[in-house]
Amino acid sequence: MVIKQIAIVLFDGFAFGMLLFVLSVGLSVTLGLMNFINLAHGAFGMLGGYVAVASMQYLGLPFFLALPAAFLAAAAVSVICERTLFRRLYRSDELNQVLFTIGLVFVAAAAAAYVFGTSQQPIQVPSFLRGSIEFSGMRFGAYRLFLIVVALVITLLLVFGLELTRFGAQVRASVDNQRTAQGLGLDVDTIFAITFALGSGLAGLGGALAVEIVGLDPSFGFHYLVYVLIVVSVGGLGSIAGSFFAAALLGICDVAGKYLVPEIGSFLIYLLLVAILFVRPIGLFGRR
Amino acid sequence: MTDATAASSESFRWLQRRRRFSVYEIAFWLATVVPFFVFPTYLTLASQIAIAALFAISVDLILGYAGIITLGHAMLFGIGAYTAGLISKAGWGEPLTGLLLAGGFAGLVGFVVSFIIVRVRHLALIMITLGLGLLSYELANAMEWLTGGTDGLQGVDIWPIFGTFKFDLWGYTAYGYALIVLFIGLLLSRKLVHSAFGLSLRGIRENLKRMPAIGSNYRGHLQKIYTISAAMAGVAGALLAQTTSTVSLDTLSFQRSADVVVMLILGGTGRLYGAIVGAIIFMVARDQLADMNPQYWYFWIGLLLMFVVLVTPDGILGALSRLARIRE
Repeated sequence: MVIKQIAIVLFDGFAFGMLLFVLSVGLSVTLGLMNFINLAHGAFGMLGGYVAVASMQYLGLPFFLALPAAFLAAAAVSVICERTLFRRLYRSDELNQVLFTIGLVFVAAAAAAYVFGTSQQPIQVPSFLRGSIEFSGMRFGAYRLFLIVVALVITLLLVFGLELTRFGAQVRASVDNQRTAQGLGLDVDTIFAITFALGSGLAGLGGALAVEIVGLDPSFGFHYLVYVLIVVSVGGLGSIAGSFFAAALLGICDVAGKYLVPEIGSFLIYLLLVAILFVRPIGLFGRR
Repeated sequence: MTDATAASSESFRWLQRRRRFSVYEIAFWLATVVPFFVFPTYLTLASQIAIAALFAISVDLILGYAGIITLGHAMLFGIGAYTAGLISKAGWGEPLTGLLLAGGFAGLVGFVVSFIIVRVRHLALIMITLGLGLLSYELANAMEWLTGGTDGLQGVDIWPIFGTFKFDLWGYTAYGYALIVLFIGLLLSRKLVHSAFGLSLRGIRENLKRMPAIGSNYRGHLQKIYTISAAMAGVAGALLAQTTSTVSLDTLSFQRSADVVVMLILGGTGRLYGAIVGAIIFMVARDQLADMNPQYWYFWIGLLLMFVVLVTPDGILGALSRLARIRE
């Protein structure tokens, strides 16, 4: 019985962690690339969520088309923001970056409340994702299984893309040493814009995937920002493996804390955050 | 030898000149008495502004002068508030000792935390301060037997100041009390930032790598200023607890940490009065727009933040002083 309970907690926690991974991996890469602290990353996730919900409700798109729509919308909006606003701040200090992007989160939350209201948004996932799958006497949620599969596919694609493609090599070179990469003739500016769009697109996809599990309201950008930042800072900047493990760890700790000791709430994960950063300020997998 | 003494006395004189009160400052402090006579119905708001300003100054000391970005300073504000509240609930309602004890305890916590703060920088620093803020909120929420949880601490009973000035419904005593504490806090901070210690803090903010090279013990300096700032934030929290006779969980909330940074940015960092001006504008605007849905209030705050960062990075006071310089 206890073992079954632990297995369920691990499974649910891992699924939640995978959701956090999709939401945050883009920020980890862009932060490592440009050292630009983009607190609006969670807001792109929220945008993806609303795009998915709205395109299903008003355009009648099926769930599996709403997901790429969310990805594209978040990527497009983020690249517009990057080209017009964020790039002015690459050279300014962290405080200005933090303030500017947090201002953007405030504005985004208010805009979402204005357009969609403050209530939770419903989403209709296909029927085969709604039930649960029984395995040796335990019931695993089909949607959570789906989340894990999606996250694993994305991880594989990212690792493959970063390690084996030409563009990936350029991104890695720019992360390692931006000046030298530029000196070798890489167009770091464009590389960054593309990476930024991909990363924010993934956040948008994560936001769309999250609606079924955690719901969607205008505070999404804020609430999940904290989770996203924990994943990024604990995992270490620019590290996909780091983000993966940090997200899994955070997801499992969060779910375990909420299932087993609900009275101390989120206390556990914050304690973990402070402890890990105290011991390793550059994160578990960070290199600098 | 004589050269060195001449040079040091020259720099000493420079520091002394910076320390002199300007006409604007004197006019400003005279103006703070105006609410007593002109807006007696707004005295409660005025005392809230004075408290927010003191809290913003405490953040300015570490953020504006030493360059420590914090998104969790409400932790120390809340600790001060709960300490003051609990002391009075334990049967000791004397306000001044309560204030000092609360400030002292917050300073102690700040000192302990400062060992963590000096270890980290950049994103990790932001995350640690954010994490500590959220941690203390969750802790206070879980320790319901001590803090009253979401109901807050009720029935805080504060005795009259010096046994004569009772806390009245209109807020005459509250405003006078908060104003005097704010003034003392500003005097101390002024002395601090216009000292050799204050200059080395600025050095740390401008170039952390060079400070050890010129023999400055930057970790010790940072710990010192963080502890001082923590104590001051604690005093501000205690003032709120004593003047409102309640302590609620939101003294520890992220909202409060974020609001105080917004006030500071709005007024201008690294210039003490920026904290006060920012607090006045922020609190008055929020009071006037109180019927607005909080969602939309934050829309304007967000726009304002983006505007300030892009257009006037040194806040309202910075923009004003630049204007004044152009005119000259």
